Amino acid sequence: MTTYLDFEEPIKIIAEEIEKVKTTGEKTQVDVSKTVKELEKKLKDTTKDIYENLSAWQRVMVSRHPDRPYTLAYIDYITNGTFIELHGDRSVKDDKAMVGGFGMVEGKSVMFIGQQKGINTKMRQYRNFGMANPEGYRKALRLMKLAEKFNKPVVTLIDTPGAFPGIEAEERGQGEAIAKNLMEMSQLKVPIICIIIGEGASGGALGIGVGDKVYMLENTWYSVISPESCSSILWRSWDHKEKAAEALKLTAKDMLHNKLIDGIIKEPLGGAHARPEEAFQLVKETIQKDLVKLCKTKSDKLVESRIKKFCEMGVIEEL
Amino acid sequence: MGWFKRIKEGIVTPTKEKKETPEGLWYKCPKCKQVVTSIDHANNLWVCDACQYHSRIDSEQYFSFLFDDGKYKELNENISSADPLKFTDTKGYKERIAETQKKSGLTDAVRTATGKINKHTVVMACMDFNFIGGSMGSVVGEKIARAIDHSLRYKIPFIMISKSGGARMMEAAFSLMQMAKTSAKLSLLAQAKIPYISILTDPTTGGITASFAMLGDLNIAEPNALIGFAGPRVVKETIKKDLPEGFQTSEFVLEHGFLDLIVNRKDLKTKLSHLLEIFKK
Ligand SMILES: [Zn+2]
Repeated sequence: MTTYLDFEEPIKIIAEEIEKVKTTGEKTQVDVSKTVKELEKKLKDTTKDIYENLSAWQRVMVSRHPDRPYTLAYIDYITNGTFIELHGDRSVKDDKAMVGGFGMVEGKSVMFIGQQKGINTKMRQYRNFGMANPEGYRKALRLMKLAEKFNKPVVTLIDTPGAFPGIEAEERGQGEAIAKNLMEMSQLKVPIICIIIGEGASGGALGIGVGDKVYMLENTWYSVISPESCSSILWRSWDHKEKAAEALKLTAKDMLHNKLIDGIIKEPLGGAHARPEEAFQLVKETIQKDLVKLCKTKSDKLVESRIKKFCEMGVIEEL
Repeated sequence: MGWFKRIKEGIVTPTKEKKETPEGLWYKCPKCKQVVTSIDHANNLWVCDACQYHSRIDSEQYFSFLFDDGKYKELNENISSADPLKFTDTKGYKERIAETQKKSGLTDAVRTATGKINKHTVVMACMDFNFIGGSMGSVVGEKIARAIDHSLRYKIPFIMISKSGGARMMEAAFSLMQMAKTSAKLSLLAQAKIPYISILTDPTTGGITASFAMLGDLNIAEPNALIGFAGPRVVKETIKKDLPEGFQTSEFVLEHGFLDLIVNRKDLKTKLSHLLEIFKK
């Protein structure tokens, strides 16, 4: 069953029509191929038209689409099944909202790290909705340091509604865990590529987001706060989330325009959930291309330009 | 002196008498309700003598008692917010900045300066909570980054006094990236082995805790400050339970291992100079 978002209604209508025509064709033994072909073209044009004109809020909805592929699906495809997941922060526990491990990309070992959301109700609980606790960020750091030790590049896939705001998270120093990652990632002596594949919410996203290259998939968002929370703080209700989404300039296009990311990775027609393998392939190509370049760069140069890039972010006026 | 004596004996001043005194002459502790003169309160570094309640104070006040003779040279004071996102909520961001500047006499939510603490030269940054909740936007990030540059250039310790609700929403992702920026700068300070002392005061939450405030070689807090990543309201809404007593106080954070020391404001200067001495010798 395909899930359609409300603004995808025209797509849904055409898709259902195609199914109906096909069924009728089978029943009546009438050749419907011409009609189907016409309808499929119409479906493609309509999808294209809708997806080219998505509002900021609609992109937020796509980024949270229930059929959207999550981190492990990307890693499995990109590493061609060679991924070995590694567990634990060596201190408290294994955080299921943050995954990581080595996998091969074109014959070379790469450390993959990312937040993981669940694919069904049970798994969503198990993955804590992609909201990591401090031990998740510490596991991520442990794996990054492991990669650094053996001179392997790091790829992080970001998809989180935020770091988990719970009592135990506070007790175990959620703030310190994220802060430490920011500082350590600035100095990591191997290449880091960060890709936002879904939601990039605030410090929880940035906690694995300090890289030589930071990309966003076309239909993702990245900001300091979710549009809903922004709306509730500024207008005391969630009703203004569309307005908040616009105001926050959280789309890939806005983020690139503001020089806060390095590039946008295109998604297949209709979003990553419509053709996951195409999305995986596009991400893989980006990683491969960058790794060739970044692995040739000397580590001190890498660190220097990474720090410089983040230090140039911001807009001020000198009076 | 007579005044203090009467308070200690629990004799409450008649309301009539208080009303006749000029505005701002008295200070009433919000915690234990003790009343003292504003001058005595200031002389006690805005700490209640009876219950040790620490009033929130600004950079001007911290600088006045931490720097020798209250003398310091301010760094990069003329940096102000732009409005890269043209952000408007109930009012435009530009307008909000202009109003806040006028009201507070500050340019933004942090001031940075260099001066001496018992003869130890330091760079000190101090946040101002009354400037949009001490929130961090591009200006706060840039001023802290430049202050760290100053530390690096002259090889002098860096002290950061945090007092902030977190990121500045009106600068959205620009604000978020200041966390990475300040942390990256601090990594350079760490590489250069220059001491960084982080002082967390009430409140230090959100993106501040998740960046420079928790990254000190030493993390020091004032007593009973609110320190946390997620705000207490958010945590409460998430777990749908009441929060335990003392949750996210300095004492709680120290017990869980994230602070080196809790220091009463009245001892802060002495303690800082001892620590600076230790790094030096
Ligand atoms: Zn008191």
